[in-house]
Amino acid sequence: MKNIKFLVLGIFFAIVLSKVQAISWFRFYEMFKFQSFHMFGIIGGAVIFSAMIMQLFKKGIIKDINGDKIVPKQKKKGVVRTLVGGTFFGLGWGVSGACAAPVFVILGFKWLPALIILLGALIGAFIYGLLSNRLPN
Amino acid sequence: MEIVLQPWPWFVGGPLIALTLFLYFYFGKNFGASTNFETLCTIAGAGRVSNYFKKDWKERDFALLFVAGLIIGGFISSNYLIPNQAIDLNPTTIEELTELGFSNPAKSYFPDEIFSYEIAMSLKGFLILILSGVCIGFGTRYAGGCTSGHAITGLSNFEIPSLLAVIGFFIGGIIAVWFLIPLIF
Repeated sequence: MKNIKFLVLGIFFAIVLSKVQAISWFRFYEMFKFQSFHMFGIIGGAVIFSAMIMQLFKKGIIKDINGDKIVPKQKKKGVVRTLVGGTFFGLGWGVSGACAAPVFVILGFKWLPALIILLGALIGAFIYGLLSNRLPN
Repeated sequence: MEIVLQPWPWFVGGPLIALTLFLYFYFGKNFGASTNFETLCTIAGAGRVSNYFKKDWKERDFALLFVAGLIIGGFISSNYLIPNQAIDLNPTTIEELTELGFSNPAKSYFPDEIFSYEIAMSLKGFLILILSGVCIGFGTRYAGGCTSGHAITGLSNFEIPSLLAVIGFFIGGIIAVWFLIPLIF
């Protein structure tokens, strides 16, 4: 089981998000109300440190575990897809206070509501799969 | 142990999230969370209905293990690492939420008005949760990522699509919190 390290990493990430309160409905409410620096500090800090790490990847200074160059996948382009998709995600995130990784973490806190959100997310992903050919870019 | 049990300040969050991203890439994979929604659809048999889901989910076993870790980590945190879930929320925010009818704002991570099991099993509560979920699932897949994939991985890689997606996240989040929440409660 060479991938067991991802399980350990998942446990670590969940503990980090839990301990800095980045899974709390109240923290996201406060963020979208611009009433606190807390979440902006966390996400901003993550982006700044990650940007430095990305530079080390791109320059080839840090290679992956197999010795290969690390090349982050390019994101799909498209103004409509990102803005409209992003807005839908934001609506769900703002109301439920859950985003994609935290919804799994919240299962360990409040299993029933988190399970309902997760079920909805699977239905949503399924709807996207059905419509993906017909949606603008 | 005392340090672990205390709430951690915001400034440890960024570096530790970046460390997670670093290890994820170092282990040879792209950091993100929302593709798992598609993988779970595939496992549930969505490939029989739509070709979009005809994929070999075993190629994403690493991501599923990460998800299993998230659940275990959440369980460990809620049961052993957070003896006091009270949040040092902005007093203005607490006041606003009290006016909206929230009973114990910031006394724990999640408001009973949305997350208590009783509410979750009521029609209104169930609809709030499931429709939020549908927006999350549809939105992340249409946009091509979530907070991990776009806001953190994409922005730190200076990707324009990620910047647009994050603008979308905030448009949606602001509409939700400023208009929908007062409408619902």
